[in-house]
Amino acid sequence: MLTIKDLEARVDGKAILKGINLSIGAGEVHAIMGPNGSGKSTLANVLAGRDNYHVTAGSVSFLNNDLLGLAAHERAGKGLFLAFQYPIEIPGISNANFLKAAVNAQRKQQNQDEMDAMDFLSYIKEKMQQVEMPEDFLYRSLNEGFSGGEKKRNEVLQMLALQPKLAILDETDSGLDIDALQVVANGVNALRDGKRSFLIITHYQRLLDYIVPDYVHVLANGRIVKSGGRELALELEASGYAWIDNQKSST
Amino acid sequence: MVAVDDNLQTLTQQDYQHGFVTDIAADTIPIGLSEDVIRLISAKKQEPEFMLEWRLKAYRHWLTMAAPNWAHLKIHPIDYQAISYYSAPKQQKDGPKSLDEVDPKLLKTYEKLGIPLREQEWLAGVAVDAVFDSVSVATTFKARLAEKGVVFCSFSEAVREYPELIKKYLGSVVPYTDNFFAALNSAVFSDGSFCFIPKGVRCPMELSTYFRINAANTGQFERTLIVAEEGSYVSYLEGCTAPMRDENQLHAAVVELIALEGAQIKYSTVQNWYPGDKDGVGGIYNFVTKRGECRGNHAKISWTQVETGSAITWKYPSVVLTGDNTIGEFYSVALTNNYQQADTGTKMIHRGKNTSSTIISKGISAGHGQNSYRGLVKVLKSAENAKNYTQCDSLLLGDKCSAHTYPYIEIANQSASVGHEASTAKIAEDQLFYCAQRGIDPENAVSMIVNGFCKQVFRELPMEFAVEAQKLLSVSLEGSIG
Repeated sequence: MLTIKDLEARVDGKAILKGINLSIGAGEVHAIMGPNGSGKSTLANVLAGRDNYHVTAGSVSFLNNDLLGLAAHERAGKGLFLAFQYPIEIPGISNANFLKAAVNAQRKQQNQDEMDAMDFLSYIKEKMQQVEMPEDFLYRSLNEGFSGGEKKRNEVLQMLALQPKLAILDETDSGLDIDALQVVANGVNALRDGKRSFLIITHYQRLLDYIVPDYVHVLANGRIVKSGGRELALELEASGYAWIDNQKSST
Repeated sequence: MVAVDDNLQTLTQQDYQHGFVTDIAADTIPIGLSEDVIRLISAKKQEPEFMLEWRLKAYRHWLTMAAPNWAHLKIHPIDYQAISYYSAPKQQKDGPKSLDEVDPKLLKTYEKLGIPLREQEWLAGVAVDAVFDSVSVATTFKARLAEKGVVFCSFSEAVREYPELIKKYLGSVVPYTDNFFAALNSAVFSDGSFCFIPKGVRCPMELSTYFRINAANTGQFERTLIVAEEGSYVSYLEGCTAPMRDENQLHAAVVELIALEGAQIKYSTVQNWYPGDKDGVGGIYNFVTKRGECRGNHAKISWTQVETGSAITWKYPSVVLTGDNTIGEFYSVALTNNYQQADTGTKMIHRGKNTSSTIISKGISAGHGQNSYRGLVKVLKSAENAKNYTQCDSLLLGDKCSAHTYPYIEIANQSASVGHEASTAKIAEDQLFYCAQRGIDPENAVSMIVNGFCKQVFRELPMEFAVEAQKLLSVSLEGSIG
């Protein structure tokens, strides 16, 4: 699915990622944890192709495509989805129009027929039930005036609508109460089908109680310093990140 | 933002699609302006004496005036002696009696512009007056409108057929002394549209005038006069295009609207004059005076404009709220790209009691575009309980363009309530990235964001026009994003 080799990246001239190696197979759920400023969000943005995140070395292959050679919208069209840590507001565009434009833009890239308004409406209403969103959200401006929890729910709705092959969740759990957290987790779990892969970026292990990962990686200072199974997350929960500094001298 | 701006630049560089020239024999008078030229125009149009007198008075007044220089615009001095003031496609002496007599080249021109003049080709039922250079070449659906007593014809015809109405209303909202360009227009105006909606009639279809400048070195000076009698309603649309030429061409129009008691006039413009090339060469100078008066109580006038064309746009569609409980509205989207300049806005003059006005202005600047909103809200002493709400938003695409807001508020009655909100935003990199991450390419993303920005105005346009406006906006922006 995704293979990252020796990836280095700079933001505003500052080196943030300093050699990331990570391989995600089809159907796998990987969690990336780490202290603030370790490069977690940068990794998400680099993979999604955001401007101003400059890759200086390394390669990324996604479903046998050279991911770094593709524009951001093409990466999305190949099936890469990023749930934003801070979803963006766009005034004057209804949620429904935005979602329809996104779904059809991807269908077009995948040489599929575009969905008409009626088909789309019944399609999206079914997805909205999964995330317990009332229908009137369809007609509100995209994320405008949404609460933090509503925005995150909307991200999950978009993920459900777009059916990505690889979904990256960038701290989707931050600021969520337990009910909202469960809705997010249900959305992700509903998409787990043994083929679709997930990269879950989180600061806390709480989310991983609901979305059980196959692998957990610890990112610190731009590198993955430790990888393990589900139990690594629990370990981190107990011991915090202080041990990383102690370990640094030895790596 | 560097990559974003580069992308914005490519996306905003798109060619003008109506830039072709129609090769047609024209009767064009020599360049230059004098009393003789005005007599010649009046004679060509077989006008009654009162019209010629009015023109000459306007001309003599114009000679005493100087071109205004207060707008935030860079204008090359205009040589008024280098312009031809009349150009008409050659045809039978008395003008065409029906569309069958109209030169096929002209019909083709309008077809190419998406304005079929044959009535059966209109599904939605929009009556069109097509003005080509200095004359009206065709007006559709006249008969059907006449059944309701609605008069919709070219201005020249109105001067001959309805001189009493013209005498009564012409210049009653925009006198020829009003400003430099209005005076010039009053002296040399050649054609335009006249609409008269009698008492209690709801005009059964949209009325529309399509202005086309074709000939080189000519100016277009048209006049539109709309009179809505007591309790009537009319929705009127105006569209404009011109060929691509290297020299600037002058379009100085005057539009007057009169709404009597309880009448409503909705006036929508989609202006797409040739804007000049990407280096700012050529393009139309669009210097227009548009004003409506709510003369009777409970009257309402609403201006909606989408301005994407012209090298320079200088216009302030205004409403004089004379009657009590009258309403004035102004909804505007102005886009400037490349080296286009726009100084546009409105004036709301509150005279009657309980009058209210709403101003929603959306300015979009791309490339090296300069966009200014200039608006006056004036509450006279007589205007008890006047209300105004003004909202001016600017959207910048790229870092070489600019937006300016000049709100003027003059209040002589303390019971007035006036609210003003303004905002300036740059099309944000994060919005574009968000769209891209969902698979939407940069061009569609920008057009989506811009359309969202303009939504408040677009929803005021008649349906077909709103769709046109959205398309036009995305074409005008193509080549400009990231």
